[in-house]
Amino acid sequence: MDIGRLVAMANDIAAFFDSEPDKAVAAEGVRFHLARFWDPRMRREIIAHANAGGAGLEATARRAVELLAERPNSPNQSK
Amino acid sequence: MYAKGYHDLGTPAASGAELSLKIALEIDGVPITVPVGTSIMRAAALVARDIPKLCATDTLKAFGSCRVCLVEIEGRKGFPASCTTEVAAGMKVRTASEALTKLRRGVLELYVSEHPMGTCPDSSRCELESLAAAHGIAESRFAGAATPRHVHTPKPVDASNPYFRFDNDLCIVCSRCVRACEDTQGTFALTIEGRGIESRVSASQQQPFLESECVSCGACVEACPTGALMEKSVITAGLPQQSVATTCAYCGVGCALVAEITDGAVSRMVPNRNGRANQGHACVKGRFAYGYATHTDRVTTPLIRKRITDEWREVSWQEAFAYAASEFKRIQAKYGKDSIGGITSSRCTNEETFLVQKLVRAAFGTNNVDTCARVCHSPTGYGLKHTLGESAGTQEFVSVQHADVIVVIGASPTEAHPVFASQMKRRLRAGARLIVIDPRAIALVKSPHVEADYHLRLLPGTNVAVINALAHVVVTEGLTKEQYIADRCEKESYEKWKRFVADPVNSPEAMEKVSGVPAKLIRGAARLYAGGPNSAIYYGLGVTEHSQGTTMVMGIANLAMATGNLGREGVGVSPLRGQNNVQGSCDMGSFPHEFSGYRHVSDDATRALFESMWKVQLGSEPGLRIPNMFEAALDGSFRGLYIQGEDFAQSDPNTAHVTAALSAMECIVIQDIFHNETARFAHVFLPGSSFLEKDGTFTNAERRISRVRKIIEPLAGLADWEVTVGLSNALGYPMNYTHPSQIMDEIAALTPTFRGVSYEKLDQLGSIQWPCNDRAPSGTPTMHVDSFVRGKGKFYVTAYVPTNERTSSRFPLLLTTGRVLTQYNVGAQTRRTANLAWHSEDRLELHPHDAEARGIDHGDWVGVTSRAGDTVLRVEITDRVAPGVVYTTFHFPESGANLITTENSDWATNCPEYKVTAVQVVKVAQPAAWQLRRQAEQSAPVD
Repeated sequence: MDIGRLVAMANDIAAFFDSEPDKAVAAEGVRFHLARFWDPRMRREIIAHANAGGAGLEATARRAVELLAERPNSPNQSK
Repeated sequence: MYAKGYHDLGTPAASGAELSLKIALEIDGVPITVPVGTSIMRAAALVARDIPKLCATDTLKAFGSCRVCLVEIEGRKGFPASCTTEVAAGMKVRTASEALTKLRRGVLELYVSEHPMGTCPDSSRCELESLAAAHGIAESRFAGAATPRHVHTPKPVDASNPYFRFDNDLCIVCSRCVRACEDTQGTFALTIEGRGIESRVSASQQQPFLESECVSCGACVEACPTGALMEKSVITAGLPQQSVATTCAYCGVGCALVAEITDGAVSRMVPNRNGRANQGHACVKGRFAYGYATHTDRVTTPLIRKRITDEWREVSWQEAFAYAASEFKRIQAKYGKDSIGGITSSRCTNEETFLVQKLVRAAFGTNNVDTCARVCHSPTGYGLKHTLGESAGTQEFVSVQHADVIVVIGASPTEAHPVFASQMKRRLRAGARLIVIDPRAIALVKSPHVEADYHLRLLPGTNVAVINALAHVVVTEGLTKEQYIADRCEKESYEKWKRFVADPVNSPEAMEKVSGVPAKLIRGAARLYAGGPNSAIYYGLGVTEHSQGTTMVMGIANLAMATGNLGREGVGVSPLRGQNNVQGSCDMGSFPHEFSGYRHVSDDATRALFESMWKVQLGSEPGLRIPNMFEAALDGSFRGLYIQGEDFAQSDPNTAHVTAALSAMECIVIQDIFHNETARFAHVFLPGSSFLEKDGTFTNAERRISRVRKIIEPLAGLADWEVTVGLSNALGYPMNYTHPSQIMDEIAALTPTFRGVSYEKLDQLGSIQWPCNDRAPSGTPTMHVDSFVRGKGKFYVTAYVPTNERTSSRFPLLLTTGRVLTQYNVGAQTRRTANLAWHSEDRLELHPHDAEARGIDHGDWVGVTSRAGDTVLRVEITDRVAPGVVYTTFHFPESGANLITTENSDWATNCPEYKVTAVQVVKVAQPAAWQLRRQAEQSAPVD
């Protein structure tokens, strides 16, 4: 998939969570969103991109993708 | 003319706070007890002692002009009109006597002098002729000397409206049409002009109906007691022989309709007066524009082709199913099971939608299913779920009658949800205050007897800046409902949000620079909203179709929670859904990450429930959304798509990108009633069925589940649900339904909010608002009454983040989009009706200052160029738009409106940002080359 598009989407998500003063909380919010709403191939590609340097990813998005690499699957909860 | 078989009670039911007070009386010796405020006429009708009437009907307030409904009341002098006289305790009423008959005969003869017996196209449905005949009147002694028929000056028939005609010579000037236009529709297009015997109904200033302010809602036609105002279809087809109750297939109001049938075809559509959503009203689309269903463009034979450059080949249903199934299997064998997917439609029924997502998850074995709601209201689902706990509006439509302050954000109800707009206008005429937040001066800002207290005319893309500024005023001026919040909301989230919005960066003064809305207007509007006491927010796609669509929905919910405006009648947060079944398609598990009832696919317990019922293992990971599918198609990992009732190539943004993705796929299966733009890229075409051809249910914007009933046989032989069943069976995943009621039973078994829903209960109750279960067996009109569905309401910090779509010297104007009343979405239905008489092309609205600066005159062709593409539209110069803002509709494919919209989308849901596109507008000589080619293709003779 167009990695530029995925990067832009991740940054858009991060822009919402960036209003959270605690950046760790913000990054976890982005990770949770990616895990919950992104198809696995999209997650694989953004993780691969981050591993290759993550060009274009803003700080919170970059941190979120790192967290996603550690816990890439959808959370098993119904909220 | 009433719907066939309808028993008109003469005057509306009593209303008001004292309804519980009952009055006992006798009518012709029959005892009855009715609520205080009931008219004698209505009480009499309730005991089957119907009193003759002409100017009265139960959708309109009593008028008391015809003097036919006189009665005698024991102990009272004279003969009072029963329509305007309220019941009283112990009253004894006589509805028939020699004296009454004599009086009525005299009055009726006068009417017959204006409208001789036997002149109506159908005397049996003419209330005057029926009544006169019942009183033994064959002719009038009062006919004029100049003409034996009439004493007034004859006038020509006005047949200008494509759907009805007005024959002045049949009019008895009862004013029912004028009152219907005022009270029911709220347009005030009709009046009585002239004096005395020359008094006549006039549309606007004696204009033909088509050229007047009339919006062709048809309320006047239905109210007319004679054949003066009559549907042309009835004149042509004759009287209906039967009628069937069903639900409109246009917007999210979901009007209850009655289809009247003559010789097996629909001859008239009228609103169901018992319809809870529409309260006995309809609009020009629902009432009249159903002819598309039998249009000659309908595709009625399955088609296949190997390549999209090949000619279509007509095949049997079985061959089409077999070919589609073999192609999907081939693709999955080659590229993996996640290389295909499906799209459900908000135009189709709940049952059909449920089946498509079931087919994708169970037969395809993937969660790559999405719905066209992705591109309209997906932010609503996300935003309301996270804040309040449920992905749906909080009210029923009649709740607006209890609102003191109405806020309309990013919606134009008079155009897109006209029947609800009429209800809203009724409340506004009764004194409710109005705040409009919209870049355009929508009709509600100022129209007859309605004027907004505040119009916050913001720049496109700055909704969140405005909602935060409103919240800033509420918080910093102490207008929050602290006890309500303490009782019902998460304390921590509230405190965080409160600190956020109180920050001066969110003040109206700071945000004025961003939104262009004067700070004093924001402050005034915030105080008005917070003061209510009942304040209700209604919003549309002008909220959701933004890069911050979800943030704005959350901001709206924050504001409603902070001011205590949730959980009772007259308040709430109500999304106005664009299509008939947007709510239903979302409810039915159409999104790739969740099953019906909004439960995530990763939830083991939910998945186990579905696996047990469907006898198949289901995926626990979310699938691709529509825009993701396009991206995956372009990278080669997504190759096949089953699309039910959706036209990506016209309706989705950045057409060039969409068509490139569609072209890259190996098998696209389209199920639709017409060849659409997307079908140009399809390999299999499965003929769809219109709402007249199938059974099922729609769920409207107020969560109301209503029955759709089959009126005619499917033109192609199969209803849409049967097509999905056929495809699934061909794929080797058997579906054995024989009626949609069985599908609803399965939905109810699998979905907690639908647990109590069945066709039997729908037949009993008429309609049901979900949740419907053991706790609410008759449904739930108002949500979040004692507590929020999620438990405690959660506030979210909603920082304003400017869209990436900015104006520049190359693209100095901001384009936003919307609908007009007479057309509907991509126009597939309404373009194939006589609604073209009102709107036959999309136009670009341009402010006079911007036009002057570019040397553009009204009606010129203009080129509209964005970063994504360009098109040519004809221009309309108007100050409905502000300087720097342009606007167009998107109903006609030849307009190419989505050639210029961009791929920007909502951060949470990828709902496209249709409402903000930076463009330049220049005068050009003619449409673009592709538009001329298209016009030539369409006007070419067909063999």
